[in-house]
Amino acid sequence: MDELEEEQLRDILSYYKGKKGELIPIMLEVQANFGYLPGEAIQLIADFLNIAEGQVYSVASFYAKLRLLPLGRQQVTVCRGTACHIRGAPQILKEIEKAIGINEGDTSCDLEYTLETVACIGCCALAPCLRVNTNVHGEMTPEKARQLFPASSKGEQDAQ
Amino acid sequence: MPNKQFTILVCQGTGCISGESQQIHSSLEKEISGRALSEGIQIKRTGCHGFCQRGPLVVVEPEGIFYSKVQPDDIPDIIQSLLLHGKPVERLLYRDPHSGEPVPYYRNILFYLRQQRLVLRNCGNIDPENIEDYLATGGYQALGKALLKMTSGQIINEVSRSGLRGLGGAGFPTGQKWEACYKAEGSEKYVICNADEGDPGAFQDRSVMEGDPHSVLEGMIIAAFAVGARRGFIYVRAEYPLAVKRLGIAIAQAEEKGFLGSNILNSGFDFDVGIFQGAGAFVCGESTALVQSIEGNRGFPKPLPRPRTTEVGLWDKPTLLNNVKTFANIPLIIARGSDWFASHGTEKNKGTAIFSLTGKVANCGLIEVPMGTKLREIIYDIGGGIPEGKDFKAVQTGGPSGGCLPASLLDMPVDFDSLTAAGSMMGSGGMVVMDENTCMVDVARYFLDFTQRESCGQCIPCRVGTKQMFDVLDDIAKGQGKPEDIELLLELAESVASTSLCALGQTAPNPVLTTIRYFRHEYEAHINEKRCPAGVCQALVSEAGAH
Repeated sequence: MDELEEEQLRDILSYYKGKKGELIPIMLEVQANFGYLPGEAIQLIADFLNIAEGQVYSVASFYAKLRLLPLGRQQVTVCRGTACHIRGAPQILKEIEKAIGINEGDTSCDLEYTLETVACIGCCALAPCLRVNTNVHGEMTPEKARQLFPASSKGEQDAQ
Repeated sequence: MPNKQFTILVCQGTGCISGESQQIHSSLEKEISGRALSEGIQIKRTGCHGFCQRGPLVVVEPEGIFYSKVQPDDIPDIIQSLLLHGKPVERLLYRDPHSGEPVPYYRNILFYLRQQRLVLRNCGNIDPENIEDYLATGGYQALGKALLKMTSGQIINEVSRSGLRGLGGAGFPTGQKWEACYKAEGSEKYVICNADEGDPGAFQDRSVMEGDPHSVLEGMIIAAFAVGARRGFIYVRAEYPLAVKRLGIAIAQAEEKGFLGSNILNSGFDFDVGIFQGAGAFVCGESTALVQSIEGNRGFPKPLPRPRTTEVGLWDKPTLLNNVKTFANIPLIIARGSDWFASHGTEKNKGTAIFSLTGKVANCGLIEVPMGTKLREIIYDIGGGIPEGKDFKAVQTGGPSGGCLPASLLDMPVDFDSLTAAGSMMGSGGMVVMDENTCMVDVARYFLDFTQRESCGQCIPCRVGTKQMFDVLDDIAKGQGKPEDIELLLELAESVASTSLCALGQTAPNPVLTTIRYFRHEYEAHINEKRCPAGVCQALVSEAGAH
């Protein structure tokens, strides 16, 4: 974290009162700005709320949405909800793993892609579906998945 | 220029937005201003209209012409047909899955015809980002009645008499919960709306928040007045950014109109609501875990024995926690009376049930039916049956806490008690239809994979038990099952269900128990014949192919 980022973080914190109940909202906001929760940020949040750093890590590691590592520019989230599952989500996931060259839960070395699954996006009527950043794509087929991620866009550095 | 006023409703639910309905809206605006038609035609952005599978949806009122799978290029034709008072644009009409005939008006489409929309009364009909639309439907009149003409006791009595049961899944009588919170000692109390809809395969809470956020707020304010709370939270799942946005707009508008804040409607009653975003933990749908989460902790359910949340809840104060749909029902009950509400549904299950009807069914979407409607009616009439001429195998209700019900139970009425008696539950209202190509062992394995991932890890039966059950199911799916595995699963299920700390673990075995109860032969085929009858389990399918 450089000075500018620290300044940005302090600015975020200035809107809060320093109560422990603000921990999750603060972490979500920091993550929305930085993409993840950098170690230095965790320390500053702990100081701000007057709780142990370990306590912040404990909460951060509990929730699926909170991230301790940087994410790719394109966050690909494949829904593994029930409707998606029985309509072929596992095949879609496999297809995307092949297309972008990383496995579920990983981020490509060039920080282009992060591939994750989620319990349910809530677009079950359009199953199977996935999300790229905030855009939802419904009624996926392996073919449509390949078209979304043409082979040329594969995270090249990941192979090295 | 048509002499009649038309309203064109463009669905802006998450499903339709994924089909680029925002571009449809801008094309409409362009077309209408380009042709100088804004006098005669009004465009309205609405929340979820329900029939998400056919989206993006455009409805032309007052006739109720229903256009499905609309693309921006279709807009000129839609406008042209309106101007010429001509026939609706036939290629965009919904076609009956059986006859293939186009059905121009949504009121005639079986999907809508058989529904009874109380909670979803405004979804798809009003602009959720404009409080005036909600007010025009009679919105916030129930609030006025409750705050100015009724006492706490009268409100709670009315809710009790209505027979409303909590729509978060467990079906606890709402009036009883309110009464307990009202009677709990302490001047500081909280009201929380549980919008942590975590069940995979359910999206009705999301749709209500996106489509009619004010109905939820109105219900919460009435509840707060009744139990004596001055502060409320809406705990929304992190995966629902559009719901968060629209709730935020609704709160700001309600504050501006004086429905929230201090001295609401000059009644002397103060109430504020904040949105709390969850951070992706299924267990936080459990009331004590949800409270821990707002307090800034890991979402661990409180250990047993624990007092009820209505007595010791958020920051150890009495807290009333209800589901989104439960709150959305309140304005109706107050405005139209408990007798009116109780006239819907069955003797012990009043009102309506909302389901996210999905899976292997012709018409997928959000539906609302009176409690007690038969499964067959939902799946075959509203849902239009199983597509591609396939056979129905099972219907899964209640998500990871529920179970799979076979064809022999299709004539069962759907309500809290019948579903529980059959080994499933209402849960948050997911209803996933499965056909002959769905493997029941794979489904059980899928749900246990979910619960063992989502177990918070605090108590051993849930943390270890669900993983053990998953491992056994995984072995069976891989063709490594042993004859004694079915008994082992039943034994594990019994221990996990009876000794887990919270409902997550207590209900986690339900998908396994019901699939064994109703589809034992599929387990036996996997174990004894090394065969997956549905052709899903990869290891067994390729092995059979190799022979």
